[in-house]
Amino acid sequence: MEDSGDTHTGFQFSNFARNEKLVSRGFPMPGCRKTGTTIAGVVFKDGVVLGADTRATEGDIVADKNCSKIHYLQPNMYCCGAGTAADLEMTTQLMAGQLELHRLNTGRQVPVIAANSMFKQMLFRYQGHIGAALVLGGVDKYGSHIYSIHPHGSTDRLPYTTMGSGSLAAMTVFEERWQPDMELSEAKQLVRDAIAGGVFNDLGSGSNIDLCIITKDGANMLRPYDVANVKGQRVGKYEYQRGVTEVLTKKVRPIEIVSETVRLITGEDMDTA
Amino acid sequence: MSLAVMDGADYMRDPRKHHFHPYADNGGTSVAIAGDDFVMIASDTRLTRGFNILSRDQGKVLGLTPKTMMASSGCWADVLTLKKVLNARLTMYSHEHHDVMSTTAVAQLLSTMLYWRRFFPYYVSNILAGIDEEGKGVVYHYDPVGHMEKLAFSATGASVAQIQPLLDNQLGALNMKDVTPPTITKELARQLIHDAFVSAAERDINTGDGILIHTITKDGTTDEKVKLRRD
Amino acid sequence: MSILHYNGGCVVAMKGKNCVAVATDLRFGVQGQTIATDFERVFELGPHLYIGLPGLATDTQTVYQRLQFRIKMYEMREGRKLKPQTLMAMVQNLLYERRFGPYFVEPVIAGLNATTKEPYICALDLIGCATEPADFVVSGTCSESLYGMCETTWREDMEPDDLFECISQSLVNAFDRDALSGWGAVVHVIEHDKVTTRYLKCRQD
Repeated sequence: MEDSGDTHTGFQFSNFARNEKLVSRGFPMPGCRKTGTTIAGVVFKDGVVLGADTRATEGDIVADKNCSKIHYLQPNMYCCGAGTAADLEMTTQLMAGQLELHRLNTGRQVPVIAANSMFKQMLFRYQGHIGAALVLGGVDKYGSHIYSIHPHGSTDRLPYTTMGSGSLAAMTVFEERWQPDMELSEAKQLVRDAIAGGVFNDLGSGSNIDLCIITKDGANMLRPYDVANVKGQRVGKYEYQRGVTEVLTKKVRPIEIVSETVRLITGEDMDTA
Repeated sequence: MSLAVMDGADYMRDPRKHHFHPYADNGGTSVAIAGDDFVMIASDTRLTRGFNILSRDQGKVLGLTPKTMMASSGCWADVLTLKKVLNARLTMYSHEHHDVMSTTAVAQLLSTMLYWRRFFPYYVSNILAGIDEEGKGVVYHYDPVGHMEKLAFSATGASVAQIQPLLDNQLGALNMKDVTPPTITKELARQLIHDAFVSAAERDINTGDGILIHTITKDGTTDEKVKLRRD
Repeated sequence: MSILHYNGGCVVAMKGKNCVAVATDLRFGVQGQTIATDFERVFELGPHLYIGLPGLATDTQTVYQRLQFRIKMYEMREGRKLKPQTLMAMVQNLLYERRFGPYFVEPVIAGLNATTKEPYICALDLIGCATEPADFVVSGTCSESLYGMCETTWREDMEPDDLFECISQSLVNAFDRDALSGWGAVVHVIEHDKVTTRYLKCRQD
């Protein structure tokens, strides 16, 4: 039975048997959008800096030149994602919701380690089928934290980490230059350079560099922090003369507004007491 | 695992298939446009393997004779071998005939050489550009096993899908009512090559870094280098 | 060959100045064989709202029907028309729900926000990952050719008539280099006070 929208939750598997049959008949599963990606995070003196490139690929083609890979979780917590783009989007959205409920239930700021546990428990349950590799960063009352979370659910707490196809390029920069208790400006430059390493040397990463700085005073998204690649300039003009395309039939349908009512609504915050 | 299997001789256990992967895809895109008294042939300068960049400065256009050039991309090892064998054949010809081989003859030779390896082909996409016996620009397009087609303009390699429809539209004036194909001038050819590569570099991860544009006329060849995005 | 390419077909959408356009070919085939040349895969979901569903034809129609159901439920429950962004979220949920047994469609959404008149385009992959760029989106069997054409010919702030020429030329020249799409094309140009639908003359091979 098709959904009335609220009778069931979770994944649906009704197409699974059909799709497996197609695979066995020689129609391989199509690929989905990946982030390719270089993502990184470091701990510095007053907090953490997260960084990401902005390219999404479908095979060898750039599907999105300026996608956002640093996802909101909580005011004190963001996370960068690499892997299957849809999984990252939906998983981080789900976690942002759960963390907010957790915050409302406990009435205190959610510690970063709690988000880490929730991510790893969820990803482990799906045995790696949810292709999300994350760099989780945040600041709480226990300090500044960076976690790297792998698709199968294993996690590491580290002072600096990188992930995605450009992770090796970015890590070379960190291994060379990272040191404890860096100033903010140093940390920003370091993460920029690490992501730039991925952008220029890994074909899966490209376009701009986004940063997110989190301190005990809150988070600051810098998008874009650095436009590392400007769009190429064309020499020619490609304006078509009106009427060069041959039209067989043309139909114009006006959209008539039968009635219009304007009701002003003053903003009101959601009651979260 | 049972003991019986463990006791068996080493070669009797664990049958394994061994695969032979002789080809690599090193990317690369080439475009050639022929005019009335010139021909322009260009390629990007990026060489890749998987997600890595092997070189940012490797043009894929090879000079064969003073009037003929070949753009070749695909498996770079095959490109180099093909170039080596082809150059040897051209040298032999010039020694035998005391003359440089004509563009049309080079075109036919290349087709024959590619077909000679019909069942273990060179994994290359080729375009040959040159000035023919009448002094006109010509472009020949090949498939990896030697099918040859004479054209006015052509693209090949990694970004062929992005570039070819644009050339069809702008040079062939396809699908436009009451529009005749334009006369191909050097300015128009250069502009289209430039813009086609800029667009390809935006969307194809295997194309980028730079373009090398070669122009052949009866007086000789000139080169131009243009920068592309490097990500 | 991937099952997404089994029936062929492609869709492209572009933003213009206070308008959007969405265009598609009309071929319905079974691998190399053409079955019909009047197969519509762009559907009207509201006065200013269109969705293109290129991919496996059976899923094109199933997803369209399921979407209609959800949209009607939404409009009844909420008592208002849905925004393009809301449709995007709806399609995203519909597709991601079947993450492990997907529908083989890669939707394209084009529309105007009914109140702000803001143009909106977006493309999703088959498990519901959305991209919302400022220029154009493409999907279907000749997406690479469409990227090449659109990337070169698209420019900012086109008037509806220029937008029509740009999207038509991009589509027709792109699918002429693709064996799995073509055989006629239809272009919808959506403005705040009217929708202009044109069927194009093109090669029938």
